[in-house]
Amino acid sequence: MTTLQTPTAGLDVASIRDDFPILSRTVREGRPLVYLDSGATSQRPRQVLDAERAFLETHNAAVHRGAHQLAEEATDDYEAARSKIAVFTGAEPEELVFTKNATEAINLVAYAMSNSSIRTGLGPESERFAVGPGDEIVVTELEHHANLVPWQELCRRTGATLRWYSVTEDGRIDLDSLALTERVKVVAFAHQSNVLGSIAPVEELVRRAQAVGALTVLDACQSVPHMPVNLTELGVDFAAFSGHKMLGPSGVGVLFGRTELLDAMPPFITGGSMIEMVRMEGSTYAPPPQRFEAGVPMTSQAVGLGAAVDYLSAIGMDTVFAHERELTKVALDTLREVEGVRIIGPDSLEQRGGAVSFVVDGVHAHDVGQVLDDRGIAVRVGHHCAWPLHRRFGIAATVRASFHVYTTAEEVAQLADGVRAAREFFGVA
Amino acid sequence: MKLEQMYQEIILDHYRQPHGAGLREPYDAETHHVNPTCGDEVTLRVKLDGQSVQDVSYESLGCSISQASTSVLTDLVVGKSVEEAFRILESFQEMAQSRGKVPGDEEIIGDGIAFAGVSRYPARVKCALLGWMAFKDAVARVKEEA
Ligand SMILES: Cc1ncc(COP(=O)(O)O)c(C=O)c1O
Repeated sequence: MTTLQTPTAGLDVASIRDDFPILSRTVREGRPLVYLDSGATSQRPRQVLDAERAFLETHNAAVHRGAHQLAEEATDDYEAARSKIAVFTGAEPEELVFTKNATEAINLVAYAMSNSSIRTGLGPESERFAVGPGDEIVVTELEHHANLVPWQELCRRTGATLRWYSVTEDGRIDLDSLALTERVKVVAFAHQSNVLGSIAPVEELVRRAQAVGALTVLDACQSVPHMPVNLTELGVDFAAFSGHKMLGPSGVGVLFGRTELLDAMPPFITGGSMIEMVRMEGSTYAPPPQRFEAGVPMTSQAVGLGAAVDYLSAIGMDTVFAHERELTKVALDTLREVEGVRIIGPDSLEQRGGAVSFVVDGVHAHDVGQVLDDRGIAVRVGHHCAWPLHRRFGIAATVRASFHVYTTAEEVAQLADGVRAAREFFGVA
Repeated sequence: MKLEQMYQEIILDHYRQPHGAGLREPYDAETHHVNPTCGDEVTLRVKLDGQSVQDVSYESLGCSISQASTSVLTDLVVGKSVEEAFRILESFQEMAQSRGKVPGDEEIIGDGIAFAGVSRYPARVKCALLGWMAFKDAVARVKEEA
């Protein structure tokens, strides 16, 4: 059993863990839970759970409707959450649209573009979102299906062509693999790969996209929860992230869009709350963000996400990133020593966050995961919704360990011991 | 539930030395099934001889459970009538999907009862059934074409 101490300056992980009730439970016949699957979904601190409950017990009402006191209070809380998230991500509140999750946020942009491409009944301002035959949408080979399939579908509906940057052997976007031309209308890419952990060269990709007049869409699902992110400074046009990966509730995500773009973009989902004026013959729409929030939205979840942002801000995202960096180092250093383990992704800490994926010669990822589960260690096994990326590496499935601020170095070190046990169990040791 | 109960020796044996592996000619139908949650794949061929299963051959990419269960499948159905093969399939499937409630009938599913433990792990049931569903589909295709 490896023991390691790698305290991050200013971070008291033990007291942080006390905020997360679930971390003290046991699994599989009394084993302490070792939760290394925060990349899939993170756990939630009491502060978030309490904020949701407090909202529901004292202010709950349908937001942006009604003039009674509860409706006012609920609307204030909902909008206050938006403002907190705006400060947290370096955006203006009106630039943030609440969605169900990041998947819906990306679809919102793709469908708004679809609607723009139909053109009928739309003003000239939506022309910049229209695509058709001859136009190109660019993604990368490492994308999560959430930032790939919506673009495939947009291409299918409009006749545009999908192109992609390939991925290098060490798990980086290969910037030499594609040259952008004036035909490119969108460049969509992940800030941090959910499989490889590699961080994209955002500045360079934005520069290249802007040079050909293309819109940029940043999948910030694995960056906003784990590192300081200022969307305005990054210069992207759109960004998407999910509440449940950043210590917040599920059922709430965020689409960021630069004001000028959201102002010009036609809606995706239509109905109540998103209108300006409705007549039988047709309707006009509210300014953003309301234009993109049709129907009664999630409310306690938005409030909970506001509380999650407060929680993360109190720790400081620099500290969160530094902590995860230590954990990644422990994971890489200890796994590297296990015979037959191959890390899929950068084997260094450079431009890298905390998702560590690997394969074990002779033992399928599912089987490794089962042995780990038997020891109480929860990891993700499979293709992690990045099937083309796995195909690129010639593998069907990997084991992925991922972390958050409550993860300890000791927990991470147990991973390597578990992998050794799996090799022994399946007779490849 | 211990690891050894899930990965019974029989399963590990079949995994290490799968029976009937490889794709063979001649065949009447070929199917390709994937487990979309983990990307495991099996390509499976059947050759029927009138009303009986003459050969099942396959190539698979997957975990020990999916590989071993396909191997057990070939042992159980090759040489049987289609009707009998489907009775075995149903019995195996019932056990696999029972969440540990149906122990399985050794008279019918032979080595297949080793997978009873797997049925307690909902995430792995699909692995255990991958080859079986590919077989079911392949036979249905032969019948369709006939
Ligand atoms: C990089 C990345 N993009 C998109 C998503 C989709 O997030 P959600 O399922 O919350 O919409 C995920 C979640 O796994 C992710 O890791």
